[in-house]
Amino acid sequence: MSDSKKDPDMSSHRLPNDEYLKNFSDIKPPLSQYEAHIEANRCLYCEDAPCISACPTGINIPSFIQKIADKNTDGAATTILDSNILGGSCARVCPTEILCEGVCVRNKSPEFSPVKIGRLQRFALDTYQPDQHPYQRSPATGRTIAVVGAGPAGLACAHKLSRLGHNVTIFDKQAKAGGLNEYGIAQYKMVDNFAQKEVDFIMALGGIQLKTQQALGEQLQLDSLRNEFDAVFLGVGLSNSKALGLEQTDIHGLESSLDFISELRQSDDLSQITIGNKIVVIGAGNTAIDIACQSKRLGAEQVTLVYRRGESHMPATSKELEFAKQNSVKIITWARPSSLKVINNQLVAIQFEKTALDTSNNLIGTESFFELPADTVYKAIGQSFLFNCFAGSEPPELINGRIDINEQFQTSLNNVWAGGDCVVLGEDLTVQAVEHGKQAADSIHHHLIWSKGNGDA
Amino acid sequence: MATLKSKFIGITSPNPFWLASAPPTDKAYNVYRAFEAGWGGVVWKTLGEAPEPINVSSRYSAHKSQSGEVIGINNIELISDRSLEVNLAEIRQTKIDWPDRAVIVSLMVPCEEASWKAMLNKVAATGCDGIELNFGCPHGMPERGMGAAVGQVPEYVEMITAWCKKHTKLPVIVKLTPNITNIVTSAMAAKKGGADAVSLINTINSITQIDLDSMAGAPNVGGQFTSGGYCGSAVKPIALNMVGQISRNNETGSLPISGIGGISTWRDAAEFISLGAGNVQVCTAAMLHGFKIITELTDGLARWMDSKGYQTIEDFKGAAVPQLTDWKHLDLNYQVIAEINQDSCIECGRCYAACEDTAHQAIKVEKLENGQRHFSVINNECVGCNLCQITCPVPDCITMVKQPTSKPKQSWDQHPKNPFRSNK
Repeated sequence: MSDSKKDPDMSSHRLPNDEYLKNFSDIKPPLSQYEAHIEANRCLYCEDAPCISACPTGINIPSFIQKIADKNTDGAATTILDSNILGGSCARVCPTEILCEGVCVRNKSPEFSPVKIGRLQRFALDTYQPDQHPYQRSPATGRTIAVVGAGPAGLACAHKLSRLGHNVTIFDKQAKAGGLNEYGIAQYKMVDNFAQKEVDFIMALGGIQLKTQQALGEQLQLDSLRNEFDAVFLGVGLSNSKALGLEQTDIHGLESSLDFISELRQSDDLSQITIGNKIVVIGAGNTAIDIACQSKRLGAEQVTLVYRRGESHMPATSKELEFAKQNSVKIITWARPSSLKVINNQLVAIQFEKTALDTSNNLIGTESFFELPADTVYKAIGQSFLFNCFAGSEPPELINGRIDINEQFQTSLNNVWAGGDCVVLGEDLTVQAVEHGKQAADSIHHHLIWSKGNGDA
Repeated sequence: MATLKSKFIGITSPNPFWLASAPPTDKAYNVYRAFEAGWGGVVWKTLGEAPEPINVSSRYSAHKSQSGEVIGINNIELISDRSLEVNLAEIRQTKIDWPDRAVIVSLMVPCEEASWKAMLNKVAATGCDGIELNFGCPHGMPERGMGAAVGQVPEYVEMITAWCKKHTKLPVIVKLTPNITNIVTSAMAAKKGGADAVSLINTINSITQIDLDSMAGAPNVGGQFTSGGYCGSAVKPIALNMVGQISRNNETGSLPISGIGGISTWRDAAEFISLGAGNVQVCTAAMLHGFKIITELTDGLARWMDSKGYQTIEDFKGAAVPQLTDWKHLDLNYQVIAEINQDSCIECGRCYAACEDTAHQAIKVEKLENGQRHFSVINNECVGCNLCQITCPVPDCITMVKQPTSKPKQSWDQHPKNPFRSNK
C-alpha cells in the first residue's frame, strides 16, 4: 500500500477489449415478447391503482400493462407516451423500486414481488415502431417560446407546447440535446444511443428548433430571450458540482463526478479512458453509485465509496446500493473526508474522520482518523444551481438556492417559467422533470391563450 | 390407506381412471405405455367398418387463457383410421398382456342391425371387458349418419343399444353427446335400450378461434375450418351438470355413469364421483401432460379419501347428489354476506370495482391516515352474490359468512308471493 502513495497508477486499457463490451452492455436487457406477456398477466388491474399515483407523470400503468397482455403493444406505447413523452428513458432510469413498483399491491403477502412495471414500460416502447409520429400539432398559434435546457424537463415542455401549436426554440449549452439522459447516466443504463433516439422521436413532431452550444449567461441572456419570445421556460438543471471543501488548485486526481460520467457516455472507445486503480468516491447518491460501478467495470482494482452517514440515510435506493455491492464496490459509512495527501500535484491518499450523531442527531466528527490510498477521488455529493447564468439580466427570485416558482411553474418574472432540477419541487428525478415540463407547458399555453383572448376583447 | 380398486358394471380395474376413447388409446403402443404408467383401463379408440376413414391435417386447436394456459382443446379427428384387423389383433394381445386392466372397445358402425351384429362378434372375440357405443362424435361422422347424428335422436339410441344387448354378452356402455337439449332424455333412451351404463360427456361442438389475419378458424385445413369437438378443463362444468342431472333423476339415477369431461386433477375426479359417477375417463389431461399424470390423479385421490375416512370409491359415490335440487327448492331465508380479512387484503380494489360497477355497491373504500386503503363490506347492501370473492386474487381473503336468521327455511315453492306455491 505504501508503494501506491509514490506511484499513482493512472492508465487506460486495463481490460481485454471484449471485457469492455461485456461490462458496459445493457444491465437490464429488455423483456422478450414471451416474458412481457407472462409478466403483464401478473398485473391485477387494480382499482384506482397505487402505481399510477406513485408515478410523477401519472402514467395509466394498469391500462398499458393490460394492453401488453392483450398483445396491443402499440396501444400500450401510446398510453405511456400520452403521459410521459420520455417514457423510454424513464423506463431505463427510474428508481421504480421507490415509485410504481414500490407501491404495487403484489409487494404484499403472499407474493412480495411487484409486477416489473419498468421493464414492461421499456418493452412497450422498445417494440413500438410507428409509421408516423403518434402526435400531431394543433393549428399554429403564432406564439414563440424559448426553452432553455434540452434535458428531460425542457424536452417534455417543448413537445407539449409544440403539440399545442406554438413554435418552440430549445437552447442547450452542450453539443447534443438530452441533458442528463445524454451526459449524466451510467453507460450501461442507456445503451444503443437511446437518449438521442428519444430526442429524435420528440423532435419528429415538428415545430421545435434546437440550438446547441448556447449557454445561458454566456451566448444567451435571459433578458433578451424574454424580449424575443412570448415566454421562456428554464430547464437548466443543476450544473455546479458541490465542493468538498478540500479543493486545491492543480491537483491531479480530485475529479468531478459529472465530468467523468459525461466522458464515459460520450466515449466511442472505453478502453481509451484513463482510470485510476485505487478509487474513492465521496457520496452515496445514484451518481456516486454510477461512478463507483463504472470505475470498477473499467478495471479499477479498488473502488471504495465513503459516506458520512449510515446505509439507511443514503440517498441511493437500496437496489442501487445492492448493485454497488454486486460490483465489488467497498462501502464505508460514517466517515467524512478531512484532508488530501498530494505528492507532486498528484493525489495519493485521502484522510477521513469518523463521524457519529450527537444527542440532537447532528452529524459530528469523532476525531478518529483513517487514511485510504487513492489515486483518484470522485466527489459525488450533489450539484447546486449555478445562478451566475443570470449575470447581466434581471434574475428570477430564488428559494433554497434554486429558482422559486408558484403552482403554475411561473417564476417571479412575468413571462418566465421553470421546472426540473433547477426548481425545488418533488424529487430530482428524470420522471419528475418530465412532469414539470408537461405542467409548465400547460401553464404557458393557458397563459398565452388567455392573455391573447383578453387582449383581443 | 384407501383403496382405489374399482368395479364398474362388473369390470374391475386397479383404479377408477380409464383413458377415454381418443388418440391416446388408438394403438397398443400408447395403451401399453399408459398401463405401465398406472392407468386403470382404456376405452380403445372407436372402431368402425372397413374401409377406415381418412383424416385431415391439421386436427387440434386450443382455447387458451390470456396467460397462455390451455383451457380447452378441440379436435376434428374421426374414429380410428387404422385397419380394423390390426386394431382387433392388438386389443386381443393387450388383454393377454394386461389381464388386470380394463379394456373397453368403442364402436361406431352404420345404423343397421347387421352391421352392429357383425362388429360385436369380432370385438367379443378379442376378450375385451366391454363395449362403449360412440353416439357422440360431433364432427365428420354425423355427416355419415353416425356419432352425434345417432346420439341426438333418443329413438336411435334406444334401438341400437337394444341391438347390442341382443347380440353380445359384453357389458354395454352408451356414450352420450352433450350436443342436445336435455341429457336426461338421452340417458333414458339408453336405459330403455338396456344399457349397462352411460358415459358422458362426449365433446361439444365448438370453434376455438379465428385467425384474424387469414380469417380462417382453427384447426386450419388449407384455409378452411369446421366445427370441432371441445374437451378439456373448460367443459368440466357442463359435464358435471349433465352427470348430476342423470344422477338425481328418479328414472336414470340408478344407471351407472362413467364420468368424462375435463378431468385434469384428482379433485375433478372426486367431484364427478360425488355427483354419481362410478369411475372416470380422462383424455385431454393426458394429451397435455403425458401418461405420467396418472400418478398425481391416484395419489391425490387416495390421500383425500384417507383424509375423509373414505375407504373405497363407493363410500362417497353420489354423496353430493342429494344436495342438488331445483332452484325452487332453495331456501330464500338463507343469507351470506362477504367479509374481508384486513390482514390479508393487498388493497388491489378489485372487489370494489366489481361490486361498485356491476353488482350492489356494497363495498366501501376509505383512505387511512397511513396512506393505506381500507376496503370493507357494507353489510346492509351485500346480497351475498360472491362476485367480490371471485375477483379477489388473494386466497381466503374474502369469505362468505352465513348470517344468523330467526326465520325458518322457506323456498319459492312455499313463498307467499308465488301464485303457484304448493302449500297454499
